Amino acid sequence: MNVHARPSKLLKGATGDWEVVVGMEIHAQVVSQAKLFSGASAAFGAPPNAHVSLVDAAMPGMLPVINEECVRQAIRSGLGLKARINLRSVFDRKNYFYPDLPQGYQISQYKSPIVGEGEVVVQLESGEVVRVGIERLHLEQDAGKSVHDQHPSMSYVDLNRSGVALMEIVSKPDLRSSDEAKAFVAKVRSILRYLGTCDGNMEEGSLRADVNVSVRRPGEDLGTRCEIKNVNSIRFIGQAIDYEARRQIEVIEDGGTIDQETRLFDPGRGETRSMRSKEEAHDYRYFPDPDLLPLEFTQAYVDELAAQLPELPDEKKARFVSVFGLSDYDADVLVAERGIADYYEAVATGRDPKLAANWVINDLFGRLNKEGKDVASAPIGPSQLGTIIDLITEGTISGKMAKDLFEIVWAEGGDPRTVAEDHGMKQVTDVGAIERVVAEIVAANPDKAEQAKSNPKLVGWFVGQVMKASGGKANPQAVNELLKSKLGM
Amino acid sequence: MSDLTSMTLAQARDALRQRKVSATELTDAHLAAMEAARPLNAFVLETTAEARVMAARSEDRLRGGEAGPLEGIPVGVKDMFCTAGVRTTASSRILETFVPTYESTVTANLWRDGAVMLGKLNNDEFAMGSSNETSCFGPVVSPWRRRGSDTKLVPGGSSGGSAAAVAAELCLGATGTDTGGSIRQPAAFNGIVGMKPTYGRCSRYGVIAYASSLDQAGPFGRTVRDAAILLRSMAGFDPKDTTSVDRPVGDYEAAVGRSVKGMKIGIPKEYRMPGMPADIERLWDRGAEQLKAAGAEIVEVSLPHAKYALAAYYIVAPAEASSNLARYDGVRYGVRVPGRDIIDMYEKTRRAGFGPEVRRRIMIGTYVLSAGYYDAYYLRAQKVRTLVRRDFETCFADGVNAILAPATPSPAFGIGEKSSGDPVEMYLNDVFTVTVNLAGLPGLAVPGGLDAQGLPLGLQLIGRPFDEETLFSLGEVIEQATGRLKPEKWWTGARP
Repeated sequence: MNVHARPSKLLKGATGDWEVVVGMEIHAQVVSQAKLFSGASAAFGAPPNAHVSLVDAAMPGMLPVINEECVRQAIRSGLGLKARINLRSVFDRKNYFYPDLPQGYQISQYKSPIVGEGEVVVQLESGEVVRVGIERLHLEQDAGKSVHDQHPSMSYVDLNRSGVALMEIVSKPDLRSSDEAKAFVAKVRSILRYLGTCDGNMEEGSLRADVNVSVRRPGEDLGTRCEIKNVNSIRFIGQAIDYEARRQIEVIEDGGTIDQETRLFDPGRGETRSMRSKEEAHDYRYFPDPDLLPLEFTQAYVDELAAQLPELPDEKKARFVSVFGLSDYDADVLVAERGIADYYEAVATGRDPKLAANWVINDLFGRLNKEGKDVASAPIGPSQLGTIIDLITEGTISGKMAKDLFEIVWAEGGDPRTVAEDHGMKQVTDVGAIERVVAEIVAANPDKAEQAKSNPKLVGWFVGQVMKASGGKANPQAVNELLKSKLGM
Repeated sequence: MSDLTSMTLAQARDALRQRKVSATELTDAHLAAMEAARPLNAFVLETTAEARVMAARSEDRLRGGEAGPLEGIPVGVKDMFCTAGVRTTASSRILETFVPTYESTVTANLWRDGAVMLGKLNNDEFAMGSSNETSCFGPVVSPWRRRGSDTKLVPGGSSGGSAAAVAAELCLGATGTDTGGSIRQPAAFNGIVGMKPTYGRCSRYGVIAYASSLDQAGPFGRTVRDAAILLRSMAGFDPKDTTSVDRPVGDYEAAVGRSVKGMKIGIPKEYRMPGMPADIERLWDRGAEQLKAAGAEIVEVSLPHAKYALAAYYIVAPAEASSNLARYDGVRYGVRVPGRDIIDMYEKTRRAGFGPEVRRRIMIGTYVLSAGYYDAYYLRAQKVRTLVRRDFETCFADGVNAILAPATPSPAFGIGEKSSGDPVEMYLNDVFTVTVNLAGLPGLAVPGGLDAQGLPLGLQLIGRPFDEETLFSLGEVIEQATGRLKPEKWWTGARP
């Protein structure tokens, strides 16, 4: 736990330093065919009310039946968060009235969640490592959607999402800056995407966060927190925390106090504003859902799921560092997305892993970012990039040629080996041919050859001349060596 | 045709199989009886056309030798069971026009086995009541009257329509639901048999929920055998209700007539309450003697926490009800009263849609679940519930096969007698029955005899979980000793 203030994270106020304390509740939609308690499809994007069963619409006499796939996904997520799996958990009803909540209650888990305490290790861009405690993960139903802009005086309700399974992942208040919070959400998202338990699509609302923010003087007790609801992008999470921390500091420094309340983040204005106060807060009247028996499974069931988990980002990173000899930073960048890690690994296997990392991180990412593409839609696949690297390593093309080749293959596709040949990209490695050019150049410049014996830097000039004469195709290493021997160095 | 309606279900079944009577004749006779008995207000919907179609199909199957266990048997359905294409209201204004597109599992099981639906039976609104006076369709009038009196009596509740219809010979059997005594109390008031099975024995799918952890469907019959026959069809595991239990359904009818020799019957001393009518005490003693005469051993047992059961029940049941009834919000189906905004619409809709007793229980339930009160009420009531269940477990662990107790603390009372003042007076009706629901046990109400005024009184047998068979065996002993109780059909010829 981060009981000690991290000095680098402190915010300067008018009256001194402040520490911001952040805890998160991440709502992640479970990847499953059907909803948490009904057989209706959980797919996104259908016409309104196309995926609604009698249970989802809360018709009289309808009963929830747990979807085992959602339970498996929650357990797998818990394992991915290095958390304790509770072999017995209980579903509770959270009661409140809202038109898009057909039952008049949300089935959730209150006192006994399916997953208990865990930990997520987060690496910041600075290289700093923060360990963030996970308080719990529980399963709950999503609500439907109210649509207010279709009719002058009425609201419409779309129940497609009603009953879709969500995992609520609650962190401990271990985060001390917006950067840490952003990195934490990114890391949790990465883990869930590796597991295939949540697609992490924040635009579609598959992953969103409630952010609890408070400020305090370093070393003091926790301040009063405000909860910022439903922030749906990592960038907005950062903005919301920065704004909210500043707001709270100003209030306190002006002699005011922070009221515990729920706030909304307005991305247009980049600010948070009050939604409801503690007094207006709902009394949810939680109680165990009598329609559902406690959820129980065996340790063997958990063990089986654990045995089938894919390699997760932390383990993959450790392997990339130890097996491929990558730097911590490079490894971290490469494992963030499973697709990228798989791409990299395909390129690196049987090749120089550092060269492969440079190509993936610098050339591939640079090009992808420029075009706003992701790795899955990259025009150059791992085997193509691998071939380009092979051509360099074999000495067939120079590094400079490789950059050009990359651009051509990116635009036109094809086997890089053939493309290189078609474009005449081939460095001359025939020693005899290079020797002839070297001899000509040395013979034509006797003065410089003489000077070079006392001033080795002049070798560079000779290399340039030879490369020029060979139309850039001579292998620079071979040229260098032949020149040195010819000049008697 | 009265001989057709006065048969027992078992007799009618055999007569149908032996082709002594046709399914159509049998159904028509009951439809006629229903029409004549409209002053009782037992049915809230007579599904005459559906009944005739179902009877004709049964007739075909009977002729074709493909008869199901209940082929051609006309039954009534409490209006808490959703019936596809047939209006289902829970006797509440809020569902006045609600027609489900789906069938409850229990009724689907009955139709699968060949039963014929005569109509939907009146009940207390959302099964909340002990007299059938809270129904939006008005009270059911008991077919029974005090000797020499024409005071209208309640049939009990909440399954008042079911009990009255079976006692008045308007149907051969009926479904009920029992959350705190809603099958057993009206069965006792009407001199018939009612069984509340073990929690989980019948599926709750498609049964409008009152209190989910207590609700259980069960049958009414004029005899123990009839109730046993019906339960066999109604019961069974249902993957659509995860609280239903996956274990085989017994051959309950085979248990009827089985020897009870050597069985140990517990008499709970705490049930002897001060102020209990002498008739009830006498009836109880007589029941014990009847069982003893049949070879059972009578032992005194203790249920020390039973005295807290009623209070715990009236916390747990309203708590669950307050949540279960939140779905009736005017948004998707049922009554909607427009308002100036969504909250106003909710308030107006629910005020117009729910009667006073339902509103009272929603408020009680909301209160006991509120922050700051949850521990003092709901949580404590759940602890009491555990202790009540343990009391029974202790008895059964000591070798007791079943417990014998009165079904109700009094005979039927007059309409309006208990519905005006203190609601607790009404709640006290459930004092002997709620323990069984809290513990999830099976309970059978059987007629024990008539009181001094000529009104039926019932005894209750409480069994081990899923041991309905023992209750049917014991119930039949009492039934044999008591004989059939029949009301006089004062309503035939009476003007509605």
